[in-house]
Amino acid sequence: MLASKLVFTLFLTLTATLGGARLAIAAEPDAVRQKELVRLVRQDCGSCHGMTLQGGLGPALLPAELRDKPVEGLVATIYYGRPGTPMPPWQQFMTEAEAEWIVQKLMSGFPN
Amino acid sequence: MRLLLGVLLAVLLNACAGPQLRGTGDLGLIIERATGRVTLVSTSSQQPYARIEGLGDLSHASAVYSRDGRYAFIFGRDGGLTKIDLLEARIVKRVMQSGNAIGGSISQDGRIVVAQNYTPGGIKAFDAETLELLSEVPAEYAPGKFSKVVGLADVPGKKFAYALFEGGEIWVTDFSNPRQPKTQRYPAGVQPYDGLVTPDGRYYLAGLFGEDGVAMLDLWQPEKGARKILENYGRGQEKLPVFKMPHLRGWSVAQGKAYLPAIGRHEVLVVDVATWKEVGRIPVRGQPVFVMARPDGRQIWVNFAFPDNGKVDVIDTLAGKVVHAFEPGKGILHMEFAPRGENVWLSARDDNKVVILDTANFAKLGEISADSPSGIFFTSRAARIGF
Ligand code: HEC
Repeated sequence: MLASKLVFTLFLTLTATLGGARLAIAAEPDAVRQKELVRLVRQDCGSCHGMTLQGGLGPALLPAELRDKPVEGLVATIYYGRPGTPMPPWQQFMTEAEAEWIVQKLMSGFPN
Repeated sequence: MRLLLGVLLAVLLNACAGPQLRGTGDLGLIIERATGRVTLVSTSSQQPYARIEGLGDLSHASAVYSRDGRYAFIFGRDGGLTKIDLLEARIVKRVMQSGNAIGGSISQDGRIVVAQNYTPGGIKAFDAETLELLSEVPAEYAPGKFSKVVGLADVPGKKFAYALFEGGEIWVTDFSNPRQPKTQRYPAGVQPYDGLVTPDGRYYLAGLFGEDGVAMLDLWQPEKGARKILENYGRGQEKLPVFKMPHLRGWSVAQGKAYLPAIGRHEVLVVDVATWKEVGRIPVRGQPVFVMARPDGRQIWVNFAFPDNGKVDVIDTLAGKVVHAFEPGKGILHMEFAPRGENVWLSARDDNKVVILDTANFAKLGEISADSPSGIFFTSRAARIGF
């Protein structure tokens, strides 16, 4: 777990330094997978966060709410969950890079 | 003369022949969550007969019925409360009542409709006739601290019981005076996530997320406070992740036993309703979401949270185990029994259809196409406590 976190941070710094390329670009899932992830977020994250992501049992996941939160923390929340709260870990169903792609999309306005 | 009489009779008959009369007992509606639409259906013909658009964000929407089954009150996620007429197939009235609603209930006498809200947390009471706001009860459990409200249920007397997720309490609000409701509070436990009232209206149960157990309030003796049942059903073992919260409304009492979804365990818990002691647990193929009894109590149908939401397990209450395990469609979100249980309707969200099955032999009887269907609500709910 620690090792994978380390690798992940390494990967972040690496991609960040690569000619200032945006993280999301390096981690971008292919088109088919993107569609699956969008559907997953709308339908299955939606059961707690609302299909329109305006919140439910879980908080709203709209750009305005997430703006000031560190990306890494949000990625970790999705990947590892938040113990003691209903937010479950999603690592069985996505890679950390995909979790990060989701965070980037959430922060910039999630596709339909 | 004869001819004249005949003509007269024909004219008279014509004048009387208004719209065709019909009852509402076999009607129902299907929520199409993605498109803000409901499809009206007949459980006799097993066919849709009308569609109504323009109900806003219907993800997780639920419906309750007027006593005569003619009007449905639909609570949308966007806070919209819509009253529809099932006979005329139209919206009668629509109000925006809150930013984030989760469901609602209707009083025993059918006069008050109450919505439960996440943000701002609390409940709001409306006149069922006009949808005029009568009063509200903010879920302020500590000064300046508001809680999400879950598990709202109508209970006998003009009362509603509900639970506070952050507040960890069960509240019972009496609307005898609808503009000046009175609320009693009962400590319940950590993070109640949903609630239900037993079919006789006596017990209110709140499932707890933050601890193993269920809080129970005897509404006949509320002064005794809520007590915990099924304590430590997880036996200290680590919980499995819960990818969707179970729903308790529409729960199951059959043959003196209650069947409840476990949290973080792939089990249905069986409780003796005389003693409220656990008398068994039945392994199932995922995190249960709905655990619903066929009206005669012989079968319990169970659907599951992601990623097992294509599966359905059927428990035979006589055998005490799963007797039929199958995959009736993709993304099974909800189940509704025909009033006397001979068939069951399942919404298969990812197949964009509702599947109708014979509960005796599980054969498919038909299907209705619908856009991302979620809840299915039949008018037979109108006469039931807690529905
Ligand atoms: C079973 C309910 C549930 C599901 C399903 C769920 N979440 Fe959550 N989520 C929560 C809750 C509750 C919180 C708030 C946790 C807390 O209190 O800190 C949360 C928090 C979050 C946060 C942090 C928000 C913030 O402002 O800090 C993110 C990001 C998030 N969830 C994303 C997701 C994504 C993406 C999915 C689907 C892959 C998902 N959630 C599915 C319940 C859920």
